[in-house]
Amino acid sequence: MTSPEELYRTIRLIRRFEERSMELAGSGDIVSGIHPCIGQEAVAAGMCAALRPDDILLSTHRGHGHFLAKGTEPGVLLAEMLGRYEGMDHGRGGSFHPSDFAHNIYNATGTVGHSVAIAAGVAWSAQQGGTGQVVLCFFGDGAVSQGALLEGLNLAGLWQLPVVYVCENNQYATTLPASAAIAGTITGRGEAFGIPSEQLDGQDVQTVLDAGRRAVERARTGGGPSLLQIDTYRYFGHHTFEFKVRLNYRPDGELEQWQQRDPLLLAGARLAEDVRAAIDAEVEDCLAGAVEFALAGRRLDPAEAQDYTFTDDLAPRAGVSA
Amino acid sequence: MPRLSYLKALNRALAEEMERDESVFVLGEDMHLALSNVTAGFLQRFGPNRVLEMPLSEQGFTNFATGAAMAGRRPVVEFQIPFLLLLVFEQITNQANKFRLMSGGQTSVPVTYLMPAAGVRTAWGAQHSDQPYSLFAHMGVKTVMPATPTDAYGLLLTAIRDDDPVVVFGPLDCLGLREDVEYADLAPIPLGSARLHRRGGDVTVVAVGQLVQQAIEVADELAGEVSVEVFDPRSIYPFDWAALAESLDRTGRLVVFDDGNRYAGFGAEVLATAAEEFRLVAPPRRVTRPEAAMVGANPDLDRGITPTKAQLHDAIRHVLKNS
Repeated sequence: MTSPEELYRTIRLIRRFEERSMELAGSGDIVSGIHPCIGQEAVAAGMCAALRPDDILLSTHRGHGHFLAKGTEPGVLLAEMLGRYEGMDHGRGGSFHPSDFAHNIYNATGTVGHSVAIAAGVAWSAQQGGTGQVVLCFFGDGAVSQGALLEGLNLAGLWQLPVVYVCENNQYATTLPASAAIAGTITGRGEAFGIPSEQLDGQDVQTVLDAGRRAVERARTGGGPSLLQIDTYRYFGHHTFEFKVRLNYRPDGELEQWQQRDPLLLAGARLAEDVRAAIDAEVEDCLAGAVEFALAGRRLDPAEAQDYTFTDDLAPRAGVSA
Repeated sequence: MPRLSYLKALNRALAEEMERDESVFVLGEDMHLALSNVTAGFLQRFGPNRVLEMPLSEQGFTNFATGAAMAGRRPVVEFQIPFLLLLVFEQITNQANKFRLMSGGQTSVPVTYLMPAAGVRTAWGAQHSDQPYSLFAHMGVKTVMPATPTDAYGLLLTAIRDDDPVVVFGPLDCLGLREDVEYADLAPIPLGSARLHRRGGDVTVVAVGQLVQQAIEVADELAGEVSVEVFDPRSIYPFDWAALAESLDRTGRLVVFDDGNRYAGFGAEVLATAAEEFRLVAPPRRVTRPEAAMVGANPDLDRGITPTKAQLHDAIRHVLKNS
């Protein structure tokens, strides 16, 4: 998935998937709303293109792009976001915290920053088993202020684990600018634990892919963890509720400035017009099918609410006595 | 007949599981010296890749265990002090215990959290003496608290083999208990299966942890006067409600002897369920720790917050008088 055409397609797919999802959030079909990743697509596309299918990914609440880039079927992901049985998690992960073990996406934990230590445990198991798998762990700029994140980096550095940490710095933790939250630097947090750390542009997918390949290769060949701070920007709010609650926390002109280096435009500029148009049309067809598939999915019965709670036949008691 | 101590039973169960199943490993602090004694001899026997020395990063290594478990391992995480379970309460209850549910059954998180010296450490201070088993049960995490060496062996074995997270509390006051056993008779014990230590017809005493031994002593002291049934649930969650219903069918009277805090604690749950669903001929009672934080820094004050045999005597008499 590393040709300019494939990289462009992934970015286009994520962009249009998120736009369709925002429509479905607006119509009330996606009850949770979503955390749109529009503007950040090249990070997911470039990093996941550097992976093998058996490599493991840990995502975030802004993770739709990660899933699509790693291979999750758009219709299945959308079904999950709509709370339908046909979703990867049978409607139990939703938009915020899904997983897809068929594509080795282990989860998107809700506890910001905590995936870093979970990733260390997964990577340790891969290292012990000699599987050659690499773990890719995404987190945002908000996560770097979490103490538990530092504990995870320490373990990864201590044992030289095969993990690539990617801080998707989209400049805001909900509404808080990174500049108001982070003392020192993001890469400095990696360097403090002896982890090779690099800051790069996240709008050009080729730049991301090149850095991703270096980091994945280092992990795969026993060179230990890496940390990439990939600078990017989310065009929309933290969550679609911001369409209703207009929050003014970004300086005028900032969005437009980032949009001049839009990842879709930059990736598209590498392709001939007709090639691009053909990909665009194919993506529209794909998403039309995905939306149709997801909306046709089975709604869950309240009686199923505690299915999958335990691995055995232990049945939690109901909220009222029989 | 060999004498098996509680601590040795934990050691034996863990070693046997590590021997039997390559995916089982243990992690915690001060492992290289086996400070808690649970893992005595393990480093030499299993090597550093299965006996992981952890830095002081409880949240980090609890999440590390979750990741390893999702990748197919069966970690046993040892904690030295009960409050550390509060520090990692979120990682266990909101992460490890929910990932199967959140994934719609795609994954499981078979981690055992072993707290081998739980409960009051006289004079060690307010932060060393909590007994937070009710909290894990409240959040729906499988939780056990064996009271005897054979139960410690059998329940730790079951906890490790269980595909869900399980918290195992080993009360400090139980670690030195010894029991005559035939090693061939040691066996896994299912979760949610209670044990009757004494049969009786007048009152059921539900006791947990080190209070089981005290309840047995009280039952013996009252023999001839009151016929006390000593009921050890062994699992806090899931609880063996069927066995309790059966016991109350015989006795109709209930006292819970609980080392947790009173407010919204384990004892409250047992009383509430019994009151709603089972046959009672008298209002039930609880003997628990008091409400609120404990001082714990002074042996004299510690006695003021620890459930006692005298309180159990009184509670039993009270329940009998009121029926």
